Amino acid sequence: MRGTTADLDTAVRELARPVSYPVGTSPDRPDGPPKTKGEFAYSSDLWAQDMLWGRALRSPHPYARIRSLDIAAALAQPGVHAVLTHEDVPGRKTYGLLIPDQPVLAHDVVRFQGEPVALVAADHPETARRALDLIKVDYEPLEPVTDPEVSIAGTAPPLHPEGNIVAQLHIRHGDVAAASERADVTVTGTYELGMQDQAFLGPESGLALPSQDGGVELFIATQWLHADREQMAASLGLSPEKVRLTSAGIGGAFGGREDLSIQIHACLLALHTGRPIKMSYGREESFFGHVHRHPGRLEYEHGATRDGILTHVKARVVLDGGAYASTSREVIVVAATTAAGPYAVDHAEIDAYSTYTNNPPCGAMRGFGAVQSCFGYESQMDKLAAALDMDPVELRRRNVLPTGGKTPTGQVVDVPVPVRELLDQLEAMPLPPAENPDEERMRPGGVANTTHGEGVRRGVGYAVGFKNIGFSSGADDYSTARVRLSVSRGELTAEVHTAGLEVGQGLVVVQAQIARTELGVDHVLVLPADTQIGNAGSSSASRQSWLTGGAVQTTCAAVAAEVLERTAQRLGVNTDRCRLDAGQIVTAAGDFVASMVDIVADEPIELIREYHARKTTPLDANGQGDPHWAFAFAAHRAVVDVDVELGLVRVIELAVAQDVGKALNPKALEGQIEGGSAQGLGLALMEEIQVEDGCVRNPSFTDYLVPTILDVPPMRLAILELPTPHGPYGLNGAGEPPTISSTPAVVAAVRAATGMPLPRVPVRPTDIVEASLLT
Amino acid sequence: MRLECTVNDEARSLDGVWEGESLLYVLRERLGLPGSKNACEQGECGSCSVYVDGILACSCLVSAGQVHGARVITVEGLAEGDELHPIQRAFVEAGAVQCGFCTPGFVMVTHDLLAREASPTEPEIREALAGNLCRCTGYQKIVDAVQLAAKMLEEE
Ligand code: FES
Ligand code: FES
Repeated sequence: MRGTTADLDTAVRELARPVSYPVGTSPDRPDGPPKTKGEFAYSSDLWAQDMLWGRALRSPHPYARIRSLDIAAALAQPGVHAVLTHEDVPGRKTYGLLIPDQPVLAHDVVRFQGEPVALVAADHPETARRALDLIKVDYEPLEPVTDPEVSIAGTAPPLHPEGNIVAQLHIRHGDVAAASERADVTVTGTYELGMQDQAFLGPESGLALPSQDGGVELFIATQWLHADREQMAASLGLSPEKVRLTSAGIGGAFGGREDLSIQIHACLLALHTGRPIKMSYGREESFFGHVHRHPGRLEYEHGATRDGILTHVKARVVLDGGAYASTSREVIVVAATTAAGPYAVDHAEIDAYSTYTNNPPCGAMRGFGAVQSCFGYESQMDKLAAALDMDPVELRRRNVLPTGGKTPTGQVVDVPVPVRELLDQLEAMPLPPAENPDEERMRPGGVANTTHGEGVRRGVGYAVGFKNIGFSSGADDYSTARVRLSVSRGELTAEVHTAGLEVGQGLVVVQAQIARTELGVDHVLVLPADTQIGNAGSSSASRQSWLTGGAVQTTCAAVAAEVLERTAQRLGVNTDRCRLDAGQIVTAAGDFVASMVDIVADEPIELIREYHARKTTPLDANGQGDPHWAFAFAAHRAVVDVDVELGLVRVIELAVAQDVGKALNPKALEGQIEGGSAQGLGLALMEEIQVEDGCVRNPSFTDYLVPTILDVPPMRLAILELPTPHGPYGLNGAGEPPTISSTPAVVAAVRAATGMPLPRVPVRPTDIVEASLLT
Repeated sequence: MRLECTVNDEARSLDGVWEGESLLYVLRERLGLPGSKNACEQGECGSCSVYVDGILACSCLVSAGQVHGARVITVEGLAEGDELHPIQRAFVEAGAVQCGFCTPGFVMVTHDLLAREASPTEPEIREALAGNLCRCTGYQKIVDAVQLAAKMLEEE
């Protein structure tokens, strides 16, 4: 019945229909229309019959002993259905992404301001809030440890059994003592970064539903379903199969959803009350409810010969992890291993520490340690260029790490290091015109009309950054995909199922593009991410297009092979050199062999495959090893106007050059680069969680400043596609690099405009004004 | 408290509303209209923007009692049926939607801007949208979307 003339006719007609939107094109996102209409169901939009509201009571103290806890009055309140404390945690009392050191609910002590102490479920959020006020906690405040140097010195009482250092690394590479003898010029500097918040707009939220089998189902905004499930199951005392997670709509993440927030709490309340539980943080609670970017202090020494060749780099990097470990152990590995920058440095000594204190816990945020190191080494490169009286871009060019060169850990970088190409792109772009006197909106201070241009100075700054992609130090980094090819209502359909989370970056559209490309199928459905399928790893570390993309590609390729094999068997033809194209099996020359509909209609093909990154190794005692499986690079040029009298900065233009290997979806990629660059600008000029004595002073969008559309300038992009040898389609990870070099480029421009050293970000108006009064 | 108002041209009446509830809460939790978003509930992000009697407002700052008898239009009320409003289409096509949590607010404020000024300049666009936060896009594609929407509306 196959291969008849009638079939051929249909086939030829179908052949004229190209597969729409393969990789390399920019189709509209499938979630775009519902998001614009307000119909997309985010984790805070969910609702269930008989649902109760959950809320957490949080510690007002950064460090205190809990003498007693009295919940009776809260429990007696009408409308209150449950009040839970640490005693009600049936399984492991602590959790943590890598080190389970954080109590689900505090028992004897609280170690940071905002640490959860008790939970309430009530029929109205206001009832729940009032019930929290009725819980009596008798705290004995303790002297908080707030200085990471004290933690390193070991002079304060330990906050955790292992002491107050989460991790330390000591990288020894070459012979720094001998190399520093050869330096004609040496510059030193100390740089600091404040604590940045991810400030995703969708609050931590979700809906937990108790299930018939004694388990629980959770609809949640997170970055990593499987890691959540593992931690939840342990603390809920359930087997992992009884804990089912499905992704609800996610309103941004940027690292801030890699650790748990409401997950265990909502499920505890649901299991306890037997009712659906909704939890949704307000903005203030959100500031206490997720980890932040580590504040850092970096001390550097760079040496160079007179002609600008680096002789050596010494660095000491301290990142404060706050009260609990989160990912501090891994963040410090990235900070330390990138501390010399994308430069050829044969002699390096890098000492790096992440600490425990009673400050807010810090963990993953876009850039993950590489943001901190880049601000340090790029500030140093500018300082070195000034000392050498050399153009700072030229200095960078002279020191680019060559492909095949070694990082300070001895790892050979076997991929293109396109730093020169990126800088060339930036320098080739025209500079924006000098200030337009008629457009006061574009002056520092904007419409507030604070200046007529008297004290306004222009500056231009450059910076280059790099980072590893994915999980490091010997972790098996992988993702899983299930692909089902079937005919449904006469139409060839591919279903793609992974646990890779769409946090805004566009993974949902990229997965569909890959399936279309590999299978020659138009109609692709990307199923919601959940725990019914294997692990995808986290939507972080710029890794999902590569790993989940790679898993979808691998699985689709296996499905395609199965289609060809079945075709060969059924039609008795050799399909060794055939491929799938627009719903057809065709020869290498493109001649029709069979219609995929005919091959698949009676028996769908369904396969599951994993895609694993290259192997890595942990660092040894001298900080040597191959901890990373890929690297990605970007560079920025910033142009700023600074009102030196008022300390106001206006970024006039931000230009970005980035090598992405291959742009699977150029439009989505541009969005990543623009958004990432804006976050770097925010860290440079305005974003900081202000912590005093362990307490957060500005937990609101009134006082924590997120860049607005007036703060972020137009951007010029140069996207390079130098194929990454081992990446699917030659792609490279792309989400983080634009955040990394943006901050030092903006600060370099402000330094160029003002002539001030500005060693700390965010640069505050007072930093500029006070420094200018001194000079 | 009893609350009566018109939401997206439909008369609604609610009993048992607590006086302290915001219009945002009423829309999201009582009327099943979660399109207006709750990113800050402090009047800082614009994600909850709605029209109250034709004036654009942050619904998180409007108390439920204040809209008694008022006419409220939310983002759910812009499109007709399955068709996207041109502004919504422009946001999708321009790539201005990433996580999308800010999008309903930006769609509303763009609607308000283009009603006042059919072809705004880029500085005018930036000024008009300055009360809305987006954490994902860096705003470039949002500016593109507003310009595209202006063009689409003009062509209609
Ligand atoms: S939620 Fe209303 S302004 Fe942010
Ligand atoms: S698209 Fe995520 S906040 Fe704007």
